[in-house]
Amino acid sequence: MATDTDAFDGFDVNGDLDRKRLYGRLFVGVCFLSTLVGVVALVLLIADLVYESWGWLSLQFLTHPPSYFPENYLPGGRGAGIYPALVGSIFLIILTAVFTVFLGVGAAIYLEEYAPDNRTTRFIEANIANLAGVPSIVYGLLGLAIFVRGAGLGSSLLAGALTLTLLILPIVIVAAQEAIRAVPSSQRQAAYGVGATKWEVTRDVVLPAALPGIMTGTILSLSRAIGETAPILMIGAATSMFTIPDSIFGPFGAMPMQVFEWATQPQAEFQHIAAAGSVVLLTVLLVMNGTAILIRNRYDTR
Amino acid sequence: MSSVDISSGAVNDRGTFIARVVFFSCALVTVLTTFGIIAVLVAGSIPFFRAVSIFEFFTGTEWSPIIRPRSYGVLPLIWGTMIIVVGSAAIALPVGVLTAIYLSEYADGRVRRVLKPTLEILAGVPTIVYGFFAISFITPQIQRVFPETGTFNALAGAIVVGIMIIPMVSSLSEDAMSAVPDPLRNAGYGLGATKFEVSTQVVLPAALSGILASFVLAISRAIGETMAVTLAAGMQPNITFNPLSEIQTMTAYMVQVGISDVSVGSIGYQSLFAVGLTLFVMTLAMNVASQFIRARYREVYE
Repeated sequence: MATDTDAFDGFDVNGDLDRKRLYGRLFVGVCFLSTLVGVVALVLLIADLVYESWGWLSLQFLTHPPSYFPENYLPGGRGAGIYPALVGSIFLIILTAVFTVFLGVGAAIYLEEYAPDNRTTRFIEANIANLAGVPSIVYGLLGLAIFVRGAGLGSSLLAGALTLTLLILPIVIVAAQEAIRAVPSSQRQAAYGVGATKWEVTRDVVLPAALPGIMTGTILSLSRAIGETAPILMIGAATSMFTIPDSIFGPFGAMPMQVFEWATQPQAEFQHIAAAGSVVLLTVLLVMNGTAILIRNRYDTR
Repeated sequence: MSSVDISSGAVNDRGTFIARVVFFSCALVTVLTTFGIIAVLVAGSIPFFRAVSIFEFFTGTEWSPIIRPRSYGVLPLIWGTMIIVVGSAAIALPVGVLTAIYLSEYADGRVRRVLKPTLEILAGVPTIVYGFFAISFITPQIQRVFPETGTFNALAGAIVVGIMIIPMVSSLSEDAMSAVPDPLRNAGYGLGATKFEVSTQVVLPAALSGILASFVLAISRAIGETMAVTLAAGMQPNITFNPLSEIQTMTAYMVQVGISDVSVGSIGYQSLFAVGLTLFVMTLAMNVASQFIRARYREVYE
């Protein structure tokens, strides 16, 4: 124990106990009020979105492409909405999921099961921690230079998915590592004891046991990716797409980009449409997080 | 560990060899990402710094690389970022720590089960939605008090970024406080300390390294924050002490170039990488500082 006792000059035991109790109560009050700041902010944010989008959010908002005329978005109008961006975001996330699951789980297995405890491994681990702190817009510049220009993919769905993959890879790896670490060592030893090779232990013992944890972590990371705007903005995702992506090499729209486009329109009506778009985006996020929590609870009680 | 590790005696077959190579390649992607980021930013900045001296870049007080008369002083962008950082830190650091004290020391299990998920939701809201919340709710409230405030102002940006990083400070600080062992608290009580004294004079100093590390990480996040400040604080590079005026952060400038059709190879395009490099170096320094604080000043308990 290494508490700094030199600087500590003892408790004020001679002080009036009533006064100290009063300070204590005031302090709890201040702490509680601070806790409420975050809660109130969240309530205000949701209330603001509901208030602003009220009357603008309908089923046809989900099934129509955007329009330059705000009145088209109103129920009973010609129909306009978020459809291409919604589908674009879903395609983007599915593609990102394919890459991140492969790379993230692979890297986590290497670090937990195969890596020797040497300088290279420690460098890789420290590097992952640092990558998690790089601003997302910098990943956008990386994607722009490497995937859009370097590899000649253009501002395509594939370039967007690869950029988002690199962005969330550090989070997925850390989550997958935790899930793998939670697999009891005795299970591995039992498999080795009956003659399994290391690869067989990885495939038949570690991965099945760690799968729920890996899936929960991956879905939570993907829900971060679906809300990201800056990286796909830098790689040139369309601000407004009127059709859904026709191939992974084609242009794409995404919900956060579409909300950004609406929020920056000069006409006041578009603020309501941006709010409606935000509600759809948050709903998709809620569904993803709910799924992750369901998986966690379903398998946690083994 | 009670069991004997027999994995070293496992058969080293071809499957295991291939698995090791594949999984190592996955881990290598993260290292390549770091090198890729550095290479892209440095290579992209070189043409810019051929045209503009580094001295002019870091000392000039006018930033206008696209519109004539052109000038290339990055200080107004750094100033804009700093206003957001100072303003958001003034909100998030005290609120976050007091929230952490409440959750770790005072709240009972039932309250925690409600408050913690609420803060996690706050952390999961996409930044674009925060940006919309700033222009549709926070700015109108500011305008009620200061009617001369424009649509874009630094204050709304700082407030919304402050709200965004509260969960980061509170959850990391709470982890640090929960790691303080109970015997330390009980020793304080044994000396006749009140709960208030134990919280502020025992737990807080013992968890200080973790709390400071969370501060630095939160500030790093505020520096790199993009969409919320772009929507709320505006696109006008400006060295000002007035929080109600429009500013531009480094990240908002990158968005401005990203959504405009600046041609590849132009000085405007190249400036993107110079600003990106500056941003990357600043956040990297903060992340390394945070790890240093945690490692250097950590109290280790048996």
